[in-house]
This record gives sequence, structure tokens and C-alpha cells, in this order.
Amino acid sequence: MGDEAGKRGGEAMGIPPTIREDFPILRQRVNGRPLVYLDSAATSQKPRQVIDALVRYYEEYNANVHRGVYSIAERATAEYEAARAKVARFIGAAGPEELLFTRNVTEALNLVAYAWGRPRVKAGDEILVTEMEHHSNLVPWQMLAEERGARLRHIPFDAQGRLVLDDLDHLLTARTRIVALTHVSNTFGTVNPVADIARAAHAVGAVVVVDGAQSAPHRPVNVRALDVDFFGFTGHKMLAPMGIGGLWGRRELLEAMGPFLGGGEMISDVWMDHATWNELPWKYEAGTPNVGDAIAFGVAVDYLERLGMDAVASHEREITEYAMERLGEVPGLRIFGPGPDERGGVVAFAIDGIHPHDIAQVLDTEGVCVRAGHHCAKPLHRKLGMGASARASFYVYTVKEEIDVLTRALLKTRELFRVAG
Amino acid sequence: MSLDDLYRETILDHYSHPRNKGVLEGADITGEGANPLCGDEITISLMVRDGVVRDVRFEGKGCSISQASASMMTEQIKGRPIEEARALIAAFKAMMRGEPSNGDLGDLEALQGVRKFPVRVKCATLGWVTLEGALEELASR
Repeated sequence: MGDEAGKRGGEAMGIPPTIREDFPILRQRVNGRPLVYLDSAATSQKPRQVIDALVRYYEEYNANVHRGVYSIAERATAEYEAARAKVARFIGAAGPEELLFTRNVTEALNLVAYAWGRPRVKAGDEILVTEMEHHSNLVPWQMLAEERGARLRHIPFDAQGRLVLDDLDHLLTARTRIVALTHVSNTFGTVNPVADIARAAHAVGAVVVVDGAQSAPHRPVNVRALDVDFFGFTGHKMLAPMGIGGLWGRRELLEAMGPFLGGGEMISDVWMDHATWNELPWKYEAGTPNVGDAIAFGVAVDYLERLGMDAVASHEREITEYAMERLGEVPGLRIFGPGPDERGGVVAFAIDGIHPHDIAQVLDTEGVCVRAGHHCAKPLHRKLGMGASARASFYVYTVKEEIDVLTRALLKTRELFRVAG
Repeated sequence: MSLDDLYRETILDHYSHPRNKGVLEGADITGEGANPLCGDEITISLMVRDGVVRDVRFEGKGCSISQASASMMTEQIKGRPIEEARALIAAFKAMMRGEPSNGDLGDLEALQGVRKFPVRVKCATLGWVTLEGALEELASR
């Protein structure tokens, strides 16, 4: 029954393969083969609409924001703030003032560690993370724990790459100040039960910080429905340029916290010996912001909303299911993480007897781009007893024919390395 | 770019049948090397007597290039005076930089093709840099 519902939904909301025409980069050939881009978890490709928005900004109204009284400065300011409102609405913020523009998720998470964490985390307090974090949602907490004399604890994962929550009641204590976790694992693809964990964390008075790098681009996200406190995400993984990301924070927390970087824009008034802070969200946006990329981020969000995030999620589920089925045909190939129903569009794998770098190298000659390495999740790979894995990841423009090319290229790789089996 | 330039027969042979693999009991010196970007790891243990590399073993995890290069290296330096091993390291590194090298590199020339794949050069040199560090430490004792 579920299958039928899924198919009906897919037909009703499907993403037509013609959207590939919006992505100029996908037209090219690499090493004599059509480009098969399967590394969208690292960064997504950009549609013409986003590229045009950047060109329009730089050709028509490039000016600094919140300063000029002249027309193009007013237009730049209006477009910048309109982009903020769009991005804020996209993730379900209560208002645009809850959405801070950052460079990326790393900056967003460091902002929380620095501005919320430093003054509040004391010696003996605890910070709870998970064993599947990207380094960007682990290292800032290690640094904070080290500086404040706090204890870093972690929720482990099981053989299927799912968080083991049986001991959550013991891991969360009266001393837990922060729970930081990823919404969707960038290696296993696991979709973590963030709302459940947030409820338990709030019961002990901890704040919940979510790394949304791999969720916001791929599925509908509503930060208030998740009932978390901070949510970081990045534009370049969701059709926007590199260098622009977002941090959503609960208004009362953002108001209570001190600033992050000091400088222009973030002040209300300045004397020789002190200063007062600007209102939200500008209190956290010191210096000239990345105006052009923020505007393009807004256009990327428009593009995704036109497709519909439910359609995006169901398209990726279909591709992921197909990929897991086809990769299963490659002898000696092991897929990490849970089944397709519980994961985002990420499939990490290994082939017995062939190192992931060699896999990625051979695939490149077939025009296929996959990631090989530890995907900035070294503790995860160490637990699996591996230095590296190969990873294919998908997005709105991925089509099943590309999975077929990947499968054929993997079989060819095995032939080259003459792996028995 | 042709894959045949990278994955020469000799390289694939050393990758699937590594020579001198393991840990040397009673080694005089052990060197460890890693490529943090890709997670490749190499440990090289040496037995040195009267200025000659009497025995050598390598242990490690990594791609075909890093492991085959280390395997070929152990074959080349076993039984040779330290000075010759040092000269070989210099000649190999020069080859990987695309500079003319003096000295017969023998089978190691199979690794020349790696130069066309810049990100893989570090894979090829990992074992050699690790050996160089171990020999330096031995000399400083």
C-alpha cells in the first residue's frame, strides 16, 4: 500500500528531468564523457536563475547595504533583506530577525559555541554530541569544552548507522548544557530523530544545536516543529553560491546572547571606550555582508520552493532506492548506513580490495564525480575501522541513467583491479 | 588522461601482492607517516647494521599508489647502504616533481605516470617521506 501511495505521490509531484537544462554545468563532457555529478552532498550545482541573480546584482545594483541613501544602495538593501525573509520562511523561522547570514554551517556553529557557549558553559558542565558528526559540529564543541573545563560526551551509532538512544536518559544529565547533533548524516545519510532528542534535551534544560547542512537542501524543514534552539545550514549545498549560509536561533536566545564578531554594522552606538549593540539580526553581522550571494541564496530558495520540498524529498528517495539496488549488483560492494526509507540522498560504500581513492580515480575517467575520503567525519570512519569510504550523493537534477553509468563504471573498476569474487 | 598511465601493471601487482609487508621484530628504527587529507597510513621498520639496511618491512592502509610505492621502495632499499637509500629517496622525489633524476630507478619508473594526477603525488611519496624521516632520526641518535 505504501508503495502505491509513494508512486501516486511521485507522479503528482515528480521533478521532470528537463530541469537539468537549468544547470549549465551539466551540459559539458569531462574526459570525453558526459558529466555525471554525484557529489551534491559536498556542494550542489547552480541553476541559471541563481547565476543570473549574481550577474544582475554586480551589473545593476552593487552597493553597500544599510548605508547609502542613493537608489542602487536602497535596492541592494531591500533585496538583501528580502532574501533573508525568504530563507527564514523556508526553514520555518518565526521571523526574518531570527535568521543570521553566515559564511557557512561551520561559522554558524562556531557562532553558537562562542556567543552562547563561552559565557554559559562552566567547569564540570557537559556537552553532548553524536559519534556521526561532521568535524564542523564536533571540533567547536571540543574547543569550548577544553576552554571551559567541560566534559564532552557522545551518543554512539549502531551497525546500521543509527543513533543508539537506549542510554539517552543517562547521557543527558542536569549538567548537560548543549546537545549538538546533525539532522542528516553526511556519510550514512541517516535521518536522525531530532524532535525526540530535542524534547529529552529540553527536559534537562539543555539547548539543542542542529547541523542542517544535509537536511535543509533535501527535505522540508521547520525549525519550530523540530522544536530545537539553533539550526545551521549552508547555501552552496542548496543551489546557492559558496560563501553564504544561515544560522537560525530562537529569538529570545539571540537577544540574550552577546555578539560574535565586533565591528561595523553590529553596533547601535560607539564611544571611545565602549559600544552598544544593534538589534537582531544585525547584532551578529559585523562588517560588510556577502550581499550578492545572500540575494542569490534567496533565488535558490525560490527555485526549490517552485519544485516543492516534498517533491525534492520524494525524488531523492526514488533515486537513492534505485542507487542502493543497482550498487547491490556490484560484487564485494558494501553500503554503509540504514535502508533507503530512513536516509537522505547519500550512499557511502566500499569495495573489498579497492581503496576508495582508486575507485574515485577510475570513475573520473568515466566522467563520474564521487567523493573519496573521510568526508570530514574521521571518528565515524575510525569506528568502522576504515580510513576512507567512497560516497555518491544526489540532488534534484540527478537521474536514474546516471546511476546506471555509476554502476557500469564500478564494474569496470573491479575488472581493472582484478578483484576476485 | 589515460588510466594506464596511473595503474601500470607493476603497480597493480605490488598492490595485490605487497612485498616486505609486516612489522620487523627487533627493528632499530620505526617511522610512521600519514596523509591526513585522505587517511592513508604507513609504518616502516628498519634493521640497520654497519650502515647497511639489512631488513625492512612496511605496514599500512591506503590506496594502490601509496601501498605499491612503499612495497617497491622496500625491495629497492633492502641490502643497500644508507647513503644509497638516501640518494634513491632524492632521485624518487625529483622524479615525482618532474625534475631530471640521476640514478637508475628501475621498476620505480612505473610510478612516473602519477605525475599527471597531481593529487595522487602525495600518495606515491608517503612511504618515501616516512623512510626519510626514520633515517634522519636514526642519524641523530
